[in-house]
Amino acid sequence: MNSATDSLPVAALRRIGAMTLFLVQVLARTGPALLRPGLIVRQIYNAGARSLVIIMLSGMFVGMVLGLLGFDVFQRFGSEDYVGVLAALGNLKVLGPVLTALLFAGRAGTALTSEIGLMKSTEQLTAMQMMAVDPVRYVVVPRFLGGFIAMPLLAATFTVIALYGAQLIGVQQMGVDPGAYWSQTQNAVDLRDVWEGVVKSLVFGVAVSLVAVYEGFHAVPTPEGVGLATTRTVVTSSVLVLLLNYLLTAAFLTTH
Amino acid sequence: MTEASDAIVEVRDVHYAVGGRAIFDGVDITARRGRITAFMGPSGTGKTTLLRLITGQAYASRGSVRVFGEEVSKMSNRELFALRRRMGMLFQNGALLTDLDVYENVAFPLREHADLPEPLVRQLVLTKLHAVGLRGAARLMPSELSGGMARRVALARAIVMDPDILIYDEPFVGLDPISMGVICRLIKQMNEALGITSIVVSHDVHELATIAHDSYLLSGGKVVASGTPDELARSERAEVRQFMGGLADGPVAFHYPADDYRSELLGGSK
Repeated sequence: MNSATDSLPVAALRRIGAMTLFLVQVLARTGPALLRPGLIVRQIYNAGARSLVIIMLSGMFVGMVLGLLGFDVFQRFGSEDYVGVLAALGNLKVLGPVLTALLFAGRAGTALTSEIGLMKSTEQLTAMQMMAVDPVRYVVVPRFLGGFIAMPLLAATFTVIALYGAQLIGVQQMGVDPGAYWSQTQNAVDLRDVWEGVVKSLVFGVAVSLVAVYEGFHAVPTPEGVGLATTRTVVTSSVLVLLLNYLLTAAFLTTH
Repeated sequence: MTEASDAIVEVRDVHYAVGGRAIFDGVDITARRGRITAFMGPSGTGKTTLLRLITGQAYASRGSVRVFGEEVSKMSNRELFALRRRMGMLFQNGALLTDLDVYENVAFPLREHADLPEPLVRQLVLTKLHAVGLRGAARLMPSELSGGMARRVALARAIVMDPDILIYDEPFVGLDPISMGVICRLIKQMNEALGITSIVVSHDVHELATIAHDSYLLSGGKVVASGTPDELARSERAEVRQFMGGLADGPVAFHYPADDYRSELLGGSK
């Protein structure tokens, strides 16, 4: 049972197991937590609305880079009209969900972890237990659900703004014909591609939110412990998002 | 009332160890109805652990812990939560919920456990806040309170469900003399006016002497002395005298166990 002496694979497996059990605990209490929508709405605001500015800014810049890069590459082949296709598919399928999830982990995930960790280190969670209130139901579930709901909304916002940024560079600045730009995009993008982005952002929402609340709830209740837990949230959820992205991309390609 | 039914909390021959280190080695303690019982002892003697055993946050490896005559370790989760609704606990730093203001903190247990109309909640919260002298601070956030005020709010929250037992975990730590006096007075007041059985864990000998009816001195995993604070103050036992008198050296040694001083200094590098 001594987790300090475990080898790396065993420790990783142990953590995956513990997180899965925690997810089951969280899901089991989701029913009763839904009776208190106010708590969840507040967490959607905390995780979602407060991440909006950074998501929109990043989306804009990513879109503009795609516009530049696409134009540079495609003009070598005389096919600048395809800039829109690259921007749309790249954003919808990969960049939108992945970059949103990474930013979300850094902005909202760390905030969740440090907030719950601080509540633990100041005995607020114990105090709740002493008042016969289950802290998983009252603290963890609303934050998990808030993150889970906010993440796809943020990913959608990111994607839309990135598409605008790409056309800003491609069409407005580089002078690609807007008719060709949009018709090529429309031809290339299938509803399936949108669906892929939606599924990814839902999965990433679960992953990042779960890691964040898990790390906070299991943080060592000291200042060092909370700091360490916050770092772990970023590292674990980022790696997890990139790994899941690969698996999901492969899965969508094989079922094509 | 008989002796037995008078005991609200009974701890009998309790043994408890963490990571192979024995914290309790046969502890017997009784907290009686309507009295203030103090647990004293040097830091690290497991005073707070004792509270965790009484409130069912941890279980003894041997012995029995009974509250209202019921064995805590045999309770189901539901029974434990029912027991905790009859207990109020004041944490070292208040443990107020940081995202709620003072009013909502005190209202929290009511909102979670009782489906009361808002005017009644308001009345209950304001009377409890008035009792601790902080009715005027109802709309402040916990971050705007001083340490002493936070603890008074926590006290109002602890009594809002009208508990039978109030547990205070180190209520005097880090307070200035005025706040200490206020908390002291409140503990006495809650006990006398509401007839609440109180358990106070602390190492502030002088404050406890003015309020406690019974006191227990814990050291080295055992109860080394018990009685009224006066009896403890007059005790001739070395452990009791060291603690009550605040002596640097005694049965609790000043030096952490180490090799012989002279040989270590002369022994060169190690």
